[in-house]
Amino acid sequence: MLSVRGLHTEYPSEHGPVRAVRDVAFDVPDGTFFTLLGPSGCGKTTTLRSIAGLERPQSGEIQLGARAIYASDRKIFVAPNERNIGMVFQSYAIWPHMSVFENAAFPLKVSRRRHSGKEIAERVMRVLGIVAMDHLADRPATNLSGGQQQRLALARALVMEPQLLLLDEPMSNLDAKLRERMRFELKKIQRDTGVTTVYVTHDQTEALALSHEIAVMNEGRIIQIGIPREIYERPRSRFVADFIGRTNLLEARVVAADGTQHYRLGTALGELHGLSVDPLKTGDAVALSVRPEDVELSETRPDGPNVCAGTVSAKVFLGDTVDFQVAVGDQLVLATAHPTLRTPVGDPIFLRIRTEKCIALAGDKSG
Amino acid sequence: MEAVADRPAAARFRIDLKWVIVGACVALVAYLAVIPLGFLLWQSFFTPQTAAKPAVFTLGNYAAAYTSVQTAKLFFNSLAFAVGTAAFALVVGTALAWMNERTNTPFKRLFFALALVPLIIPGILFTISWIMLASPKIGIFNLLLQHWFGTDTVFFNVYTLWGMIWVDGLHYSPMAFLLMTAAFRSMDPALEESAAMSGAGIWQVVRRVTLALAWPAIFATLLILFVRAIESFEVPALLGMPAGIFVFTSAIYEAIHRYPSQIGLASAYGVTLLLLTSAGVWFQSRLSASGSRYSTVTGKGFRPRRIDLGRWRYLTAAIFIAYFLLIVAAPLFILVWSSIQKFYSVPSAAALANLTLEPYRFILDHPTFARAIWNSLILCLGAATIIMLVTSVICWMVVKTKIPGRWLLDNLASLPIVFPGLVLGLAIMVFYLNVNVGIYGTIWILLLAYVTRFMPYGIRYNTASMVQIHKELEESAAMSGASWASTFFRVVLPLLKPGLLAGWIYIAIVSLRELSSSILLYSPGTEVVSIMIWELWENGQYVELSALGVMLIVLLFVMVMIAQFVGSRFGVREA
Repeated sequence: MLSVRGLHTEYPSEHGPVRAVRDVAFDVPDGTFFTLLGPSGCGKTTTLRSIAGLERPQSGEIQLGARAIYASDRKIFVAPNERNIGMVFQSYAIWPHMSVFENAAFPLKVSRRRHSGKEIAERVMRVLGIVAMDHLADRPATNLSGGQQQRLALARALVMEPQLLLLDEPMSNLDAKLRERMRFELKKIQRDTGVTTVYVTHDQTEALALSHEIAVMNEGRIIQIGIPREIYERPRSRFVADFIGRTNLLEARVVAADGTQHYRLGTALGELHGLSVDPLKTGDAVALSVRPEDVELSETRPDGPNVCAGTVSAKVFLGDTVDFQVAVGDQLVLATAHPTLRTPVGDPIFLRIRTEKCIALAGDKSG
Repeated sequence: MEAVADRPAAARFRIDLKWVIVGACVALVAYLAVIPLGFLLWQSFFTPQTAAKPAVFTLGNYAAAYTSVQTAKLFFNSLAFAVGTAAFALVVGTALAWMNERTNTPFKRLFFALALVPLIIPGILFTISWIMLASPKIGIFNLLLQHWFGTDTVFFNVYTLWGMIWVDGLHYSPMAFLLMTAAFRSMDPALEESAAMSGAGIWQVVRRVTLALAWPAIFATLLILFVRAIESFEVPALLGMPAGIFVFTSAIYEAIHRYPSQIGLASAYGVTLLLLTSAGVWFQSRLSASGSRYSTVTGKGFRPRRIDLGRWRYLTAAIFIAYFLLIVAAPLFILVWSSIQKFYSVPSAAALANLTLEPYRFILDHPTFARAIWNSLILCLGAATIIMLVTSVICWMVVKTKIPGRWLLDNLASLPIVFPGLVLGLAIMVFYLNVNVGIYGTIWILLLAYVTRFMPYGIRYNTASMVQIHKELEESAAMSGASWASTFFRVVLPLLKPGLLAGWIYIAIVSLRELSSSILLYSPGTEVVSIMIWELWENGQYVELSALGVMLIVLLFVMVMIAQFVGSRFGVREA
């Protein structure tokens, strides 16, 4: 289990210190896949590098298994080469002066524990087998494609059977098709080896696809931690709702509570019934997040609550779906519909949103 | 290897090792760069120390140096010589670079050979060969022309200020060619093409666009050449001193070799010269730093368009051939010719009958020869190895770490670039005369001088290749469990290898030719090859000198070829 507590990092800059990481804390249980997700500059890479020991935070505590690898109050800082953590870098950092085999064998060769040549060969070939690179063992590392370099970097990180595997945006240098394939492979390798993994990415699709748990970061803080479905369906702040997937953000004011976690909210679309995990008070100004795919469109007025009328102001055909931009008064609402809906631009249309899809974001009140 | 219980102790030891290596390198660099400078300054403010009276503080050296009419003349001569040389070399080098990079002048391969000339022909041999070509009495250019026209008129005289500018300017023109080639290469040809599309003719494009854009590079090149010229020693010593034309370098040499030697005066001259070179280097680095404003360098790969000169290309080709004859063919020819004569005589049918290999035998049998070769070899291999290893650690600190004060270290290690060889020799001499640690008069003082003098080149080669190593290549080694030493030796150094090798060979080459520092620091028994040439010249043994010179050139040629071969990725360039 990896446990990070109260992590703070500051960088000096011309305009005074920049607080890159502020009070970051999370736990990664053994064998799980944990993702730090956020836009560039949100502190996710700094957090990862602090776990690796490549950067030294100002304060906090990092515990790996039974061992504290960093603790500011006890003046503990274990050097990166003593931490037994495998890491895959964004650039892969494959050493060009070594062959595939030598690259993967390096951690065993420099290890404090002496390994026999036979043992090294065996372990390297086994790990190269896991990443399907065993047939390329003798090749110079300069003759590898991007995908092969990534597999090799993974093999090198796994060969010493690390307690923890860190992945720093490993997919960002691959083209879209390859990225999709590697996503499956990475998930399979992680499940097969059972290695505890911390993954850093700015790509929400990767994060949703791979992780057991996601921590969304912004401006050095963790904004929300949860399983992928929770992050997507129950965002608790405007930032998370906006960053993960697409969403309509509506200004809303709490009219009244309507049972546990349910509220009636006044919006530009009229009064909507919505949901909030965090308690709200009557009169609170909040943001309301509605995913485009949760806005049901129809040409005839449907029954039930949360229905309003608008006009089609624009639409974009995307093949498997059609994006409709619907004007309700001054408010524009984005909705994704099946291509069979062919309402022309300018015609009236009705919107319906299920109560559990109307998420009031108490995290940052917009008033 | 070690018990698990020892782990904390072992960890402490390895961290120590890192700081021991780093600390030793930093201390060495600081010692080498600062000590001579400090002592030179100190010495210039004191009277000579003798057994009878101790050194006392005085401004007399500066007073003597700055109040005499002679000094005014010295200053004027130095500036005239350096500015003339730099301007001449720049014009020639720029014209050649433009011809090679931007036009369809034939003989491109010869242009490449040009880049290697200054590496292969040391200044002292180039100067001597030009004495044989254009001195009033024995110069074959004069004799041939006098023979053809039937007169006694002296057509060329190298023993004049103009002669000095001609010889030194020619010698530095390949360097100007290389620097300007780099400038032209980094310029987007689309800028020239759009001028051409706007209706400008070739000369208008050259004047209004090419040169206008290249001017920061031109000015920077001019400053580099100025610094090189003002610190050059061979030409002022061999051509200027006999004619009574003194510049700072020859004046320093003369002041020391006067009896009694005037080290204080030499130091005052040295400090003045140092100020001049420092100003040049400072302006040049300022210029390079602000050069990005002109943003001719975009990092894109260009495929430069060549201007079709039409029939004019025969003219440019002729200019180039003439230049090649003057800078390579004629000097080499005259050296080889003189090396196979019994006594020096002008090439003629009669002299052809007297061909002999006697001078070579003389040199090979000469008692100093084996010693000089041995000393040169030790010095060039030792200096190259020490410099490349030490500067690789320094560059690692400067480029790869965030240690505060690392810029200071970079500047310290690059500081010797402002030391003219002669001034450095003087400073080191002064220091070890005063602080006797037992190396004065040994070969180690020469090694110290070489390491100091060429350290900046090591910094440049290592920085250039160090910045190309992505920091993640090192971090991944740390994550793989490698210690600092392990990472440095197994990952950093192997990745630096091409640059290390190229820098190593370059330093070995320039060390082998080093004259101006050695000339103040050698003693009987520690002669190097260039000193042996110098002594042969002083003794008037021209044919023997030529034989030694030819052998040295062959050796340098082989080294440069090896360098070109192994360093194909980085190449060896005039740093």
